[in-house]
Amino acid sequence: MKLTVNGAAHEVAVPDDMPLLWVLRDVIGLTGTKFGCGMAQCGACTVMIGDQAVRSCVRPVSTVGDRPITTIEGLKSQSGLHPVQQAWIDADVVQCGYCQSGQVMTAVALLGAKPHPTDKDIDAAFAGNICRCGTYQRIRTAVHLAADKMGGKT
Amino acid sequence: MSAVIDSGRRRFLTHSAGAAAGLIIGFNIAKSGTALAQAAPPKKPGLPPVNAYLSISPDNVITIQLAHSEMGQGIWTTLPMLLAEELDCDWTKMRMEHAPASIVYAHTAMGIQMTGGSTSTWSEFDRYRQVGAAARDLLLRAGAAQFKVPAAKCSTESGYVLYKDQRLSFGSLAAAAAKLPPPTRVKLKDPKDWKIIGKPTKRLDSPEKVTGEAEFGIDVRLPGLMTAVLARPPVFGGKAKSVDDSRAKAVPGVHAVVTVPSGVAVVAENFWAAKVGCDALKVDWDLGPGATIDTEALRQEYRNLAATPGLNAAVAGDISASESAKPVVAVDYELPFLAHAPMEPLNCTAKVGKDSAEVWIGTQFPGIDQGAAAETLGMKPEQVKINTTFLGGAFGRRATGSCHLIRETVAVAKAAGVPVKVVWTREDDIRGGYYRPQWFHRAVIHTDSSGLPRRWDHTVVGQSILANTPFASFAIKNGIDESSIEGTFNSPYVKKTPVHRVALHSPASPVPVLWWRSVGHSHTGFVMESLVDELAHAANQDPVDYRRKLLTESPRHAGALNLAAEKAGWGTPLPAGRARGIAVHESFGSWVAHVAEVSVENNRIRVHRVVVAIDCGICVNPEGVAAQMESCVVYGLSAALYGRITLKDGRVQQSNFHDYQVLRLQEMPVVETYVVPSTEKSGGAGEPGLPPIAPAVANAVYVLTKKRLRSLPLDLTQT
Repeated sequence: MKLTVNGAAHEVAVPDDMPLLWVLRDVIGLTGTKFGCGMAQCGACTVMIGDQAVRSCVRPVSTVGDRPITTIEGLKSQSGLHPVQQAWIDADVVQCGYCQSGQVMTAVALLGAKPHPTDKDIDAAFAGNICRCGTYQRIRTAVHLAADKMGGKT
Repeated sequence: MSAVIDSGRRRFLTHSAGAAAGLIIGFNIAKSGTALAQAAPPKKPGLPPVNAYLSISPDNVITIQLAHSEMGQGIWTTLPMLLAEELDCDWTKMRMEHAPASIVYAHTAMGIQMTGGSTSTWSEFDRYRQVGAAARDLLLRAGAAQFKVPAAKCSTESGYVLYKDQRLSFGSLAAAAAKLPPPTRVKLKDPKDWKIIGKPTKRLDSPEKVTGEAEFGIDVRLPGLMTAVLARPPVFGGKAKSVDDSRAKAVPGVHAVVTVPSGVAVVAENFWAAKVGCDALKVDWDLGPGATIDTEALRQEYRNLAATPGLNAAVAGDISASESAKPVVAVDYELPFLAHAPMEPLNCTAKVGKDSAEVWIGTQFPGIDQGAAAETLGMKPEQVKINTTFLGGAFGRRATGSCHLIRETVAVAKAAGVPVKVVWTREDDIRGGYYRPQWFHRAVIHTDSSGLPRRWDHTVVGQSILANTPFASFAIKNGIDESSIEGTFNSPYVKKTPVHRVALHSPASPVPVLWWRSVGHSHTGFVMESLVDELAHAANQDPVDYRRKLLTESPRHAGALNLAAEKAGWGTPLPAGRARGIAVHESFGSWVAHVAEVSVENNRIRVHRVVVAIDCGICVNPEGVAAQMESCVVYGLSAALYGRITLKDGRVQQSNFHDYQVLRLQEMPVVETYVVPSTEKSGGAGEPGLPPIAPAVANAVYVLTKKRLRSLPLDLTQT
């Protein structure tokens, strides 16, 4: 099976029903995407397929097809951190950090669809992302900060 | 391998601790094998050995060994702040590592290497400053020797030793500094000269945590590493009687099926194969007595126990004198079992050889984990190397006296004969026990003519956390586990009441229990602050004014209370449908008051704003303290609004985040944190913000609905 992850092509020999999460982590070796619940309840496993945020822990790898996958490792470019990552640092968001790959990916997908999200948009986009350390207030701040910095550019 | 100097004992060692070559002031791992099966009494040493804590590379990178685990609380930033304050180094060139398991890194107050009890900052406040000051002294003397002037004529600034208009970098001086005798004493900076301590400082672990590069235990990768998922007994204490693993072994990628005391492990090439294999196992379990546990029955048992005499933890006045007056308050409070549910499910990786083993684990207890792994493997502690990774949340869950996770992992790795990463599923986590105990409180309180309590009779019932742990021998006194009643017997309200009694029952059960963020205060804070609110309303007095009357001899409680009330605009009008509730509680050496602004719609409780005031003594990093207050509010609200683990026929009825719900972003109140200025010794921050949130919300709900909710989670449909 062929997958395109962060712009790189991968040929993987895995069962069709293997969730994308475990293909990314255990087969391709991209461990930035996290396992939290295994049933699309917590969002730690969030990646983008095309421009959509998806829960990779319940997404059978065979359903991805040739659409490009972006993981947390794929956000950084040669020019440095993605503006969302920088906003996360500036707002001092992280605590334990375990859920933050999923939070950042959710933010990137949201800002792609809505460059100037309202608080209600943020509420809706992040409803599936749990943080037990309680960084929600700073996530909200960071999303607005990133939106301002990106100025509608994605 | 690089040669490093153990300056404390003047001899050379070698190590391969993963640090860059060119270490100059190196790490002392001479005693890294020394496990601490149980707590040793804290030593009163001279200066800590500098080279155990920091190294300086020729290119001026300062690498700091952290004696505490980073689990979100921010110690990855706070300890470097303490050290850098005295070292006078370049803040942008700091690199942190979790220290290996070694007695050198034993907690300065607890005597074992551990992270917990909101102690990391205050317990290291002197040690990491001393290390920084001692290193600075060495570098200054090395620089002075190169300048050929007395050290007193030199100074330091941002990673350089200065003499007139000349300067030498710390990196260029480190080799020479390492050859000098370390100072026997150092003079620490006067607080008025602090440049870092007390300044809001952003976290140093953000860059790696927003790029996915941070390595948590679950991310460890090794050549030939397999993943194990275990079938676990459906009830606590159950054992596998017989196993049919034929279907599991037929799953592609499954390498082995091994039975260990905690369950049946399917070892496979990746998590998914292990999970599919595990689901295909057929295990016949011997359930044992755990199959009868029922939380409803426990509630009744606790209620019955509360009517019988317990062990007295505190008594004042003639509590047994007959009392004819009707009590103002005679009520019961109840709180359920709670799972910690950190975002990173439990996991541990082990590579077991014939004469040695290496383990990777996100742990709060590296020292005793090392001893437990050695014991399980029949090795000596020094044969087991512990690598502490980042912890994906902990809240107490990664601090088990039983060391069950590392024991399980090394047993599976040894039996399977390959390096193994054991990964718990979320279901394993929610159903795996080590819960905050279920609690029952009964309080009978009489007041005097001014409405203040004159007789307070309080009984607490619940499992002891410390019983049957390595800490029991010194932590349980006269049958009383103080962690069961902290916040009651020493409550300022109880102490102010002339006649009082706090009694305790500690019934045992097969359900493993554990410290859960704020430990005993997680229940006593709710009960005490709800009770005092009941008394205030019974006396027709403003809840803030009423508390002030009881806190006349508790100035730090009063200080936090007053600051929170002032910043929240206590007494000023709110939008229709909203009310404020207040609570103040001391725990872990800090005093925290919350004012919660709450509304209720269709029996749904919504918290809009929380104003926090904390007196934590000297506040090393106000930014970190604010983050911990936000964190405590969220963690506490999850418990106040949703948290409940129940058992029926021994089976835990919850399994994942759909039925063990936690607060989500759309429910996040605005949290504002204010710090009471103080020059007192630092207190904790990771836990003290939690106890007052549930009662602050419940007290606001009472104002809105006139319903007094006396159990958690708060549920308006149950009254």
